[in-house]
Amino acid sequence: MTPFLFMLVVLGFSVGAGLLGSLLGIGGGLILIPVLTLLLKVDIQYAVGASIVSVIATSSGAAAAYVRDRMANTRVAMFLELATTAGALSGAFLSGMVGGRGVYFVFGAVMAWSALVMLRRMRVSAEEPVPADALADRLALHGSYWDESQGREVSYRVTRPLAGLGLMYVAGTVSGMLGIGSGALKVPAMDLAMRLPLKVSTATSNFMIGVTAAASAGVYFARGNIDPFIAGPVCVGVTLGAWLGSRHLMGRVNSTWLRALFVGVLLWVAFEMLRKGWAP
Amino acid sequence: MPKTAPRGPEASATTALRDESGQLQPEVLISDLLRYGVAASLSLVTLGTVVTFFRHPDYLVSSEALQRLTSPHPVPHTLGDVLTGALAARGQAFVMAGLLVMMGVPVMRVALSLLIFRQQKDRLYVAITTAVLAMLVLSFVLGAVH
Repeated sequence: MTPFLFMLVVLGFSVGAGLLGSLLGIGGGLILIPVLTLLLKVDIQYAVGASIVSVIATSSGAAAAYVRDRMANTRVAMFLELATTAGALSGAFLSGMVGGRGVYFVFGAVMAWSALVMLRRMRVSAEEPVPADALADRLALHGSYWDESQGREVSYRVTRPLAGLGLMYVAGTVSGMLGIGSGALKVPAMDLAMRLPLKVSTATSNFMIGVTAAASAGVYFARGNIDPFIAGPVCVGVTLGAWLGSRHLMGRVNSTWLRALFVGVLLWVAFEMLRKGWAP
Repeated sequence: MPKTAPRGPEASATTALRDESGQLQPEVLISDLLRYGVAASLSLVTLGTVVTFFRHPDYLVSSEALQRLTSPHPVPHTLGDVLTGALAARGQAFVMAGLLVMMGVPVMRVALSLLIFRQQKDRLYVAITTAVLAMLVLSFVLGAVH
């Protein structure tokens, strides 16, 4: 394979990953890293380095729209970024320490978890009153958003900011270690622990992912793991795919069966990655 | 948090930097920064890729050059490397510069938030935002030491 052909193949897969990711509501990294490593035999540290930059691109693109619509809670985001950036730094260093096999292993485990989160997202959670929280009041985390389906402004209260902070540290570590946005960990942390509405959680998660990824991208760059030959086409491809997906395909594809199919694929890839981590 | 800006669908339709009362809308500023930052980065990456293949026609035919791409090898990983490469019109340095712009977008977003919180005289959030910004700067410094 010539470098030109290699780049075209990477670009093609990246567009596909971005497209699929935007339809499923996940980042491209979870799809892209297995493709780069298992199919194209790219070293996993380079795959992670390339993915982390594309994560910044897609999340920034999505966040631009969410912020404009005032769907993302920028104060919650800024507060939690204290933990995600610290986690991302830890994760990036940890990844260098545990080496390729360790990364494969953790990646497999996180993929399996993400599959379960996606399955669970199909059911609707019941409404319970949100317990009052003094710190959340002090930080003025509560907010409101415009609900299109209800046609009115919906206000909400936020609780347990410290629990959120702890969970975000974990999410940040995973993100920094694996080069993924780890929205599958961030959204439940805000949704379940801090009780933000799901739409706000998703929007805020996207808003935070860019900053989280930038923290670990700095480490990967300085370590020489961001190879322009791989990261370039990945970055352009994933962004292009995500844009195409959200502009032209969203709503036209039945995402329920797509999701069910993807959960199956995710579990299978998780198994492959775990096996590679266990005995390469 | 002052809620002077219009909300709801009519808010998303307006792209003006200021609302009716003439106040700057932080959300629009941040949104524009993200949007144009990503666009600038992707343009640089694309430009760099085109330059690369112009300068290395052998990349189109030879398969030897790929060997080094899928295994660990040195790539430009300091700001100085990228800068000297870009000045020498080296395609890969342009790509790298584009990727660095991408990494810089969230950093600039946090810096912008810092200015906004400072303008709103929100001292608690000025402190939080400063800490996040420090962490981001630290990541580049720490990574280089590693």
